[in-house]
Amino acid sequence: MSKDENLVEDKMQIDQHDSDRLQKNVPDGFSEDYLKVYYGKLFPCVDIYRWLSYGNDGKHPACDQSYFGRREFSFTLENDIYLRFLSFNNVVEMESSIRKKCPFKIDIGPVYTVDPAKRRAYAQGGNNVFSPIERELVFDIDMSDYDDVRYCCSGADVCLDCWPLMNVAIKVLDMSLREDFGFNHILWVYSGRRGVHCWVCDGRARRLRDEQRASIAEYFHVNKGGENNAKKVNLTGAVLHPFLARSYTEVLKDSFEKKMLLSQKLFASEDRFQKILQIIPDDSIASELLDKWQGNRRSSISKEDVNVSRWEQLKHVLQSGKHKVQGLRRCVEEIIFTYTFPRLDMEVSKHMNHLLKAPFCVHPKTGRICVPIDPNDCDDFDPTTVPTLSQLIEELNMSNKRSESEEDWERTSLRKSIEIFRSFLSALLKSCKKEINSNVRQSTDARNW
Amino acid sequence: MEIVRSQREPTHAAASTTSAKLSFYRFAPALEVRLEDFELYAIDRLRVLQGISDGLSRGKKPEEMEKLVTELWRAHMRHQDPSEVMNKDIISHFVLRLVYCRTDELRKWFLSMETSLFRYRFRLESPESQRSLMSEFQLPYKAISRAEFETVKEKLNQVARSIGQSLNADTLFFKAPFEEVPELFAGRRVFLQKGFAYVAMHQVVSLVATQFRSNLSKCLVLTNRKWTSTIRDTERDRLAPIIEALSTGYLGPDYSQPKNSAEISLKDINGLASSSFPLCMRHLFDKLRETHHLKHGGRMQLGLFLKGVGLRLEDALLFWKSEFSQKVLQIVGAERFDKEYAYSIRHNYGKEGKRTDYTPYSCQKVISSTPSTGDHHGCPYRHFRTDAVQISLVQNFPTAFVAAFVVYAHLLHPSAITSSLFDCFLTSLSGLAPDDLIYFNSEENLRAALTKMGVCGRSVDGILDKVRNKHYQIACTLTFEAVHDAPYDSGINHPNQYFDASRKILQNKMEST
Repeated sequence: MSKDENLVEDKMQIDQHDSDRLQKNVPDGFSEDYLKVYYGKLFPCVDIYRWLSYGNDGKHPACDQSYFGRREFSFTLENDIYLRFLSFNNVVEMESSIRKKCPFKIDIGPVYTVDPAKRRAYAQGGNNVFSPIERELVFDIDMSDYDDVRYCCSGADVCLDCWPLMNVAIKVLDMSLREDFGFNHILWVYSGRRGVHCWVCDGRARRLRDEQRASIAEYFHVNKGGENNAKKVNLTGAVLHPFLARSYTEVLKDSFEKKMLLSQKLFASEDRFQKILQIIPDDSIASELLDKWQGNRRSSISKEDVNVSRWEQLKHVLQSGKHKVQGLRRCVEEIIFTYTFPRLDMEVSKHMNHLLKAPFCVHPKTGRICVPIDPNDCDDFDPTTVPTLSQLIEELNMSNKRSESEEDWERTSLRKSIEIFRSFLSALLKSCKKEINSNVRQSTDARNW
Repeated sequence: MEIVRSQREPTHAAASTTSAKLSFYRFAPALEVRLEDFELYAIDRLRVLQGISDGLSRGKKPEEMEKLVTELWRAHMRHQDPSEVMNKDIISHFVLRLVYCRTDELRKWFLSMETSLFRYRFRLESPESQRSLMSEFQLPYKAISRAEFETVKEKLNQVARSIGQSLNADTLFFKAPFEEVPELFAGRRVFLQKGFAYVAMHQVVSLVATQFRSNLSKCLVLTNRKWTSTIRDTERDRLAPIIEALSTGYLGPDYSQPKNSAEISLKDINGLASSSFPLCMRHLFDKLRETHHLKHGGRMQLGLFLKGVGLRLEDALLFWKSEFSQKVLQIVGAERFDKEYAYSIRHNYGKEGKRTDYTPYSCQKVISSTPSTGDHHGCPYRHFRTDAVQISLVQNFPTAFVAAFVVYAHLLHPSAITSSLFDCFLTSLSGLAPDDLIYFNSEENLRAALTKMGVCGRSVDGILDKVRNKHYQIACTLTFEAVHDAPYDSGINHPNQYFDASRKILQNKMEST
């Protein structure tokens, strides 16, 4: 019996004796002991290994056996001790290292030309052969970047009123990555606290150069105004680019009018509607609306929500065609883009060697697991009910194995998350296999020439 | 080219020299080249590439670049024999390939300058000749069919209108993997569908330039292999020295002989230092005055500069001796000064050892020097500040740790947070490699130094901006312009050039008043 399992046994025994604490017998929060149990019993190490091997762990002659071993991992240990350039040759090595070191955070880096753990030996050769050659295309979206357009919380806090902004981001990016860029294997992951991560895993995405990554991030970059610029989105041109137009009609407009407008009460107070009026380039229109709203604060008898009615008024004024001011045409769209369009942390996407936290890590501050999100079901995702470390441990303690073949995660609330991950994985590995087979065909073709 | 590669098949070169003006440089020509032309052509092309590099780092707009490239090309790449023009283009390109294949840094620079040159030359061609070039270069793109055009017509029209253009029914579109036109889709200037970009005829320059670049990039690696395996040795006495010399990239006068008219005397040196020394020399000079000592690197850089400025050997000896007197002479004694320091000064002037008259350092050399703790030489724009904290590291390092670190570093040595200090500190902590280390921004030092030069306000921000983008010579040029309140278009490439240009402006000002 391993040391980890001993720990669980201990806990279970204590729990059984302590009947007073039956309801909440595992304290909240984050501890190394729990983490050990989590890594020992629940963390889907094998699945992650299979994911990052991209089919190269098979027996096929075209498999690159060194592939997984050239991937950089990095661990953040307790007290913020930071280990970079770790690498593992196989799943056994990876699993035992994770269990032994019990990292508070695991980051995944790029695949390098050579084993990153041996980079110094190669560096001595003079020629710098150590460089990243493959890496998923990744995106990082943080709710804290939306602080100027949400009023329910700020900073690292999120709630169900602002979380729809993340769903907008997931939908807009997911749709474009598939339709525009032709990618198929996209994994969305809750970052554990205030945002989401996206991993685009197609071979074509992994082989992108930094310059191309930066261009993709730029394609998604609309919000350009600085802190001191009220007008953050500038849509020029006679019509919108197809990507922006599609995002607007299929995602942004509905999300703004049906969700954000109400949940954030965007017109409910003067400072809030002032902020929106600032986006209107024509001062006379802005002050006309301002006067109207400042004056009859409670005069409206209609039962309609004040946010909805003011938004309708604003749209009516801007779109009535009475005003022929250049630049007003786009204004309604600009407001909606400002309040809903995804805001990426650009730097994360631009460079191959940027590290990103692995799925299924535990966020040390919230104790929540970084679970995958199904982009088609993202509206149902609730960040406030994502399983926490202590909850999972409790679930393990409270239930028994129903059969020999049953895995531990199957009797916890991690089950759904692992199933999402596995369905992503099986589609991915199928296409990896195809790619590896076609590589063989190509190289035999080459020999025939 | 007969001179470097004898085993090339001659047919392709002939094909590429006849019709088009613009070449894809797929094959080295099978020509005989005179050794002189080999070098002269290369120097001419280098001037064009350097002009482009200068224009780009000054942030010139595409239209301005187009004009600049046309001018540079006309100025340097002409040939009295019209039939030689094409050859000169191709020969000079292949010579520079050889020159710039040898390190990663050289390859990167050459690749980006040649691609820019190609891009702007291609843009200048008419649509018809662009098309014929495309087919001549055998690029793997075909215009989309009428039927396919109809299916995406609406979207293409939408894209065209979104960038303020209109879709012409005759416009040809090429379909290419999006990876090949990053600059186009980054600005949402093309329609993307399922991984393909629809590139309009007027945008094909992006496609062609991408192909040009990737082709050249591969060739440079091959050339490098060839250089290290054979050419370097077989051409040890003939081409190799030319190639080595060309790669320093410095083309101006060497300033090793001071002009007789411009001799300076010891008594003027203080005034000249504050009016006409570039920051790198001014800093060394100030440090020498302040501490009465400079390490070897600093003595070399400043000493040779002073020689180029016109300080005679006797004066130089006096100068160093009087500066060193207080501190060094106490420690080392006059006898040792004469023996060691004076020797190296005379050595610089070609009076000792192998009696070479040493050349003052060019910017290239100053910038690429590697000063360590206690050194004051190098280029202040580069070495005063090192890269701002690497984002990834800051994110991954605990804040408290970074903060403690900053405090520690400041207490220890507020003005010189050097990389070596960090190395010691950080490597002692865990298994970090030197490349993971954080380098702190000592931009403030540079700001202070610039203020001392009399540069202030917005000029400083402009200079620091260039520094952040690693355009050190441009930063120096901007400083020059700010100090002298006069434009200086040719750009600073040599500390002595800075000095001469400064004298010229100041003398003109004196005469006019």
